[in-house]
Amino acid sequence: MSESTKSIIVMKDIVKSFPGVHALQGVDFSLNKGEIHALVGENGAGKSTLVKVLTGVEHPDSGTISLDGVEVSIKSPLHAQSLGINPVYQEVNLCPNLTISENILIGRQPMKWGRIDWNTMNAQAKKAMLGLDIDIDVTKVLGSCSVAIQQMTAIARALVISSAKVLILDEPTSSLTQHETAQLFGVMRKLKNEGMGIIFITHFLDQVYDISDQITVLRNGKLVGTYKTASLPKLELITKMIGRTITEFDDMTKLKSDSGHMIKSEPLIELEGIGHSGSIEPFDLQLHSGEVVGLAGLLGSGRTEIAELLFGITKPDSGTMTMDGKVVKNFTPIDSIERAIALCPEDRKKEGIVADLTIRENIILAMQASLGWFKYLRLQEQYTIADKYIKLLNISTPSPDQLVKNLSGGNQQKVILARWLATNPRLLILDEPTRGIDIGAKAEIQKLVLSLAEEGMSCVFISSELEEVLRTSHRIVILRDHKKVTELSGDVTEQQIMKSIAGSE
Amino acid sequence: MKKFLSNFRFKKLVESKIFFPLIALAIILLFDLIVIPGFFKLEMKQGHLYGSFIDVLRNSVPIMILAIGMTLVIATGGIDISVGATMAIASSVACILINPTIIGLKLSQDISSLVGNSTYSFTPLWLVILVPLIVASLCGLWNGVLVTYGKIQPMVATLILMIAGRGIAQLITNAIKIIIFNDTYAYIGNGWIILPFSLYIAAFIFAIAWLITRKTSIGLFIEAVGANSRSSFFAGINAKRVKLFTYVFCGFCAGVAALVVSSSIRTSDANQIGLYMELDAILAVIIGGTSMDGGRFSLLASMIGALVIQATSTSTLALGVPASAIIAVKALVVVIVIILYSQQVQGFLRKIFGTNKQKEVKE
Repeated sequence: MSESTKSIIVMKDIVKSFPGVHALQGVDFSLNKGEIHALVGENGAGKSTLVKVLTGVEHPDSGTISLDGVEVSIKSPLHAQSLGINPVYQEVNLCPNLTISENILIGRQPMKWGRIDWNTMNAQAKKAMLGLDIDIDVTKVLGSCSVAIQQMTAIARALVISSAKVLILDEPTSSLTQHETAQLFGVMRKLKNEGMGIIFITHFLDQVYDISDQITVLRNGKLVGTYKTASLPKLELITKMIGRTITEFDDMTKLKSDSGHMIKSEPLIELEGIGHSGSIEPFDLQLHSGEVVGLAGLLGSGRTEIAELLFGITKPDSGTMTMDGKVVKNFTPIDSIERAIALCPEDRKKEGIVADLTIRENIILAMQASLGWFKYLRLQEQYTIADKYIKLLNISTPSPDQLVKNLSGGNQQKVILARWLATNPRLLILDEPTRGIDIGAKAEIQKLVLSLAEEGMSCVFISSELEEVLRTSHRIVILRDHKKVTELSGDVTEQQIMKSIAGSE
Repeated sequence: MKKFLSNFRFKKLVESKIFFPLIALAIILLFDLIVIPGFFKLEMKQGHLYGSFIDVLRNSVPIMILAIGMTLVIATGGIDISVGATMAIASSVACILINPTIIGLKLSQDISSLVGNSTYSFTPLWLVILVPLIVASLCGLWNGVLVTYGKIQPMVATLILMIAGRGIAQLITNAIKIIIFNDTYAYIGNGWIILPFSLYIAAFIFAIAWLITRKTSIGLFIEAVGANSRSSFFAGINAKRVKLFTYVFCGFCAGVAALVVSSSIRTSDANQIGLYMELDAILAVIIGGTSMDGGRFSLLASMIGALVIQATSTSTLALGVPASAIIAVKALVVVIVIILYSQQVQGFLRKIFGTNKQKEVKE
């Protein structure tokens, strides 16, 4: 009984589907007064959808939401705000070209004689910031302040706008320094003690343990459970986040050990002390032909950053990279493609496909880019290449002239894969190649990776699913908090990897 | 069977890019047919084809040529509002090369002996053609460098030349209208080979652009960069080089249009040549259905768009609307076109014609 009176929000059996995706499948969630509740799960687990449902951005297909014991239907983000539910997204809703006080009070400026009463406005803003224990000149332009201050301004704005009962912080710390994070946590504790309920979404597990009272774990749109932070060991949390999928991949083990013989002893690519401040600390890595190297770690641990350094998306601040014994530096994706390196990026929609072009055009894009302007592939050749990969990768489409935006996520992923295979790469970097793909297509892609390695290709395989990394990789690099922790090879178990990721022995 | 075949072709037309521009053109022409007597009447005079419709074609040539370059720029997600000013510069250069006496260069001939001399040109004619084209391409290069390497918003970057261009043109001609007597040069804009000679120029430029965009990979790169520049970067496309090319080509097209216009009116008028023409060119591209966000483009559809604009101007003039008010009518056409192109209306129209482009393919 006392439980229910304490609850601010109770969400019951929330279901939300998007075309082709069951984003939330009957998720329960409740938030109490004076509680910091961490919401964790890997990408695609349903965290952001749940927040969107709560803030009125999306409407649930079914399920109920009660606020203070009264059932409500949240119609829009504005409605959610008037109910006292305030999301603070990173860098969203703020104007960096305005001052702190303008940002806090925009839309509700105090007026005098039909003009803005700047003195009152600045005083109110100052008061709001002092309420968060921040003493700062509120007439400063927001863009010139640190990210932490911007974050606090967003919180102050949320608190001023309405009598906030619920604060939602979505990845607030991802661009904060340690000191700034501590500052933010101070504010969070203060608000918590004042009785506010805070939903905290992060992928830094240490922070979850630092500040949260309860943890709710989501996986693949389903609720795994809600736990008291104090009584849930970190290793167990990771197990719950990553989960296990029961599959029949027995022949993969054989394929893996078969292909293992093909590994060359000479490294194809050697990284020494390569690093980029803020995204990955300096590390060493060797990649060999015929070998699949898995990168394991939680989201944001530095997996994608390594891929981008290898491909030339970001330039390292330190260290050297050698390929075939020659030092390479200052390179761009174009140079990498010329050296037969390929990257299937993590963000399929933004960085992978060109949605308005056809399957054929998407497949030949990288190949054509390396051929240049004047060696244009004849249409007939283009169709031959497209047809070959449509067949090889089992892309289901009525025609190679179909626009890629009309394909399902899995097929889009295969189109990107086809784009890179067509360039005949020596190093293939796959960043989350199987995300959002059904289990059958997953197995296809994993097998393909192993057979490519057997043919002498070097592969880097990045995935949030440990089982998958285990199945495909000859060697596994473990990453934690932007650091390379260790390398595992031989007979590795999932348990070992999880321990390394969690950092406990 | 026959009916099925024709039906199939019709569906293909409905789904193609030129369908809506064609409808717009058909509406305007139908209007002309009703309102202007003998609009489609063609007459053969001394081996030349004359008629109101031919006039529309001929008058639309500068817009067509500009629209070709503009289409490519817009397809990369950019815009070039300086083409009118570029035309002023290029035509000033052309005219000064033919007749530099006017700005006080020392010449052996007496100025008065040149008046009415239909063969006189100070510079060889091939240079008179070539130099303005190079100058116009350099104007495009300037725009392109500002956009790609200067990372300035295309609208702002090209605004600079739009404003400065006419001043530069005035400087070149010393703010004097140079009158051209050379008949060979005037042939560019005034000659006829059954059809107006300038139409062949437009067709030639169209053919060049078509070959460049469809027979090399540049067309694909332009569409890829315009549709998703981040993905294109990941796929190894040098977006800067692609964009730079489109601006240079757009400048080149403005140069060609300048030759056509200045030769047809036999003068360089830095204040009037190409005035507001950038707007007509952009409008033609929009009517042609190329998205202002970039991506897919159709050169042919932009050509039809140029015709729609010129046909509108001609028919309003024929109705007795004062020339200065034509802009208002054009605005009306734009409003109609934008409504016609909205997703809702398009879906509705396509439903009527029995095709649905937004079919989704599921696994």
